[in-house]
Amino acid sequence: MENMIEIRWHGRGGQGAKTASQLLADAAFMSGKYIQSFPEYGPERSGAPITAYNRISDERCNIHSNIYEPDYVVVVDETLLESVDVTRGLKKEGAIVINSAKKASELRGLLRGYEGRVYTIDAGTISRKHLGGYFPNTPMLAAIVAVSECVKKDKFLEDMKVSYQHKFAKKPQVIEGNLLCLKEAMEEVKE
Amino acid sequence: MSIRDRLSGNEAIATAMRQINPDVFAMFPITPSTEIPQYYAQYVADGLVDTEFICVESEHSAMSACIGAEAAGCRAVTATSSAGLSYMNEMLYVAASSRLPLVLAVSNRALTGPININHDYSDSMAERDSGFIQIYAENNQEAYDNYLQAHRIAETKDVRLPVMICEDGFITSHALENIELESDEDVKAFVGEYKPENYLLKSENPLAVGPYGVSGYYMEARVAQAEAMKNAKRAILEVAKDFEEKFGRKYGFFEEYKMEDAEIAIVLMGSSAGTAKACVDELRKENIKAGLIKVRVFRPFPGEELAKALENCKAVAVLDKSEGFSANGGPLFAETASAMINMDKRPKMVDIVYGLGGRDFTVDSARRVFNRLLNIVKTGDIGPVYSHMGQRDLRKEVQ
Repeated sequence: MENMIEIRWHGRGGQGAKTASQLLADAAFMSGKYIQSFPEYGPERSGAPITAYNRISDERCNIHSNIYEPDYVVVVDETLLESVDVTRGLKKEGAIVINSAKKASELRGLLRGYEGRVYTIDAGTISRKHLGGYFPNTPMLAAIVAVSECVKKDKFLEDMKVSYQHKFAKKPQVIEGNLLCLKEAMEEVKE
Repeated sequence: MSIRDRLSGNEAIATAMRQINPDVFAMFPITPSTEIPQYYAQYVADGLVDTEFICVESEHSAMSACIGAEAAGCRAVTATSSAGLSYMNEMLYVAASSRLPLVLAVSNRALTGPININHDYSDSMAERDSGFIQIYAENNQEAYDNYLQAHRIAETKDVRLPVMICEDGFITSHALENIELESDEDVKAFVGEYKPENYLLKSENPLAVGPYGVSGYYMEARVAQAEAMKNAKRAILEVAKDFEEKFGRKYGFFEEYKMEDAEIAIVLMGSSAGTAKACVDELRKENIKAGLIKVRVFRPFPGEELAKALENCKAVAVLDKSEGFSANGGPLFAETASAMINMDKRPKMVDIVYGLGGRDFTVDSARRVFNRLLNIVKTGDIGPVYSHMGQRDLRKEVQ
């Protein structure tokens, strides 16, 4: 299918990679796209590597297999770089976005010869600053939107504001922090 | 006017249930169907429904509670998967033979063993002789639409049989996708009120449910039940026609995809059909006359119609996503092949068991099946009638 973007998420059980993939699907849905967000489950246990996927397209996608040749990969936990082949099948025209305080150049050596673009974002520091805790999902979501441009940045921020107002109707004090997280992550994600 | 939304299969089914607002929901959790009662519990807590939501101690009890409620004249529902469905087995037969039109949502999941939480059809295929109507979905939209049609089919006067609405565990149940929902009012108007003629607690005409059937009467009851299943074919098409008129989405016993001039075809069920459609599109671009049939209604089995849809093909592969251990092929193949038995003209047919316990089925998997069919057409040699595909060692796959 033309204009379809396929994304694979790597995280550990309990870190919310599945939730992040759902948030991305939500954002793309709000911008008028057809979306898929689905997890791949092994035995469910906290801390085990898990994978989640997104397809984002202009028409409904009927394919319901996992994604083997993604356009983008998002790594929510950088300790996975040593144990999981995160760039497997990743298109070299695409990119990988890693949650890390390190520079992209420092991590490339762990990526088994991947030739495409490598980005890092320090999602932990950003979320601690604006949300007061380790919630890497929100910055990772903004980072992949910025890198993949699967949703236009301005539209994304507008839609997320509406989405948070709905989601946090009973906790309006956290809306601003989440929005600041998104904005900073979009600016700070670096190649 | 449809409402554009995005929901997982489980939330889509829970939404359909909320819109219908059944009298009783008896719940016991099991992965991957657990979210259905979980969402529903929230609707109950939020006052969106006035359903009697009963948390029972097992699936056997869940089905028993539904049977009791339906016998008393209520509309009753539940949801389950895998071992939970197996544990209901005894009561499924009671529901069907007592002619109680309850609706059971199944998020299909493999049966043990080894223990596995992922998708195949071994759970519902093991209940194919239970007397339940079985309707399968390719995606969240179909799961929702099938559910909206279920109660009316079940409650049709000359049918009165329970219905199993099946969705693929995880692949559909946990995947967020776009969906067109209908408004609560439109759904309520379409499904209507349940007004049974007779029920246990009707004082002017009290009814016994589930009495002993001596040999002198048992067979009459079973034949009447078999006739009801035949009648279900008509009811399914009538409800589908009305559904299409109201909501614009068309359903039948099965979906034919590019079958008009197909020389080779795959027969399969559920989400894999969507993936295989992408392969059919690729093959069509290469001028290969490939087609696909997605079976939606497995009980009652539309044998005559399916045989007619396949008669002009040269070679057909039936894809079974459950292993029946018959040493002679899976259940979908057994039904499809026997439907063709008296046809003058019929294609060469093979059965391929695939996707067990969540083994992924890709566009490339479908391509390998079609390649095998092309080989069969070319050489006239079908090779083994029954084989498996997608094993870790691909050399074991029949080419």
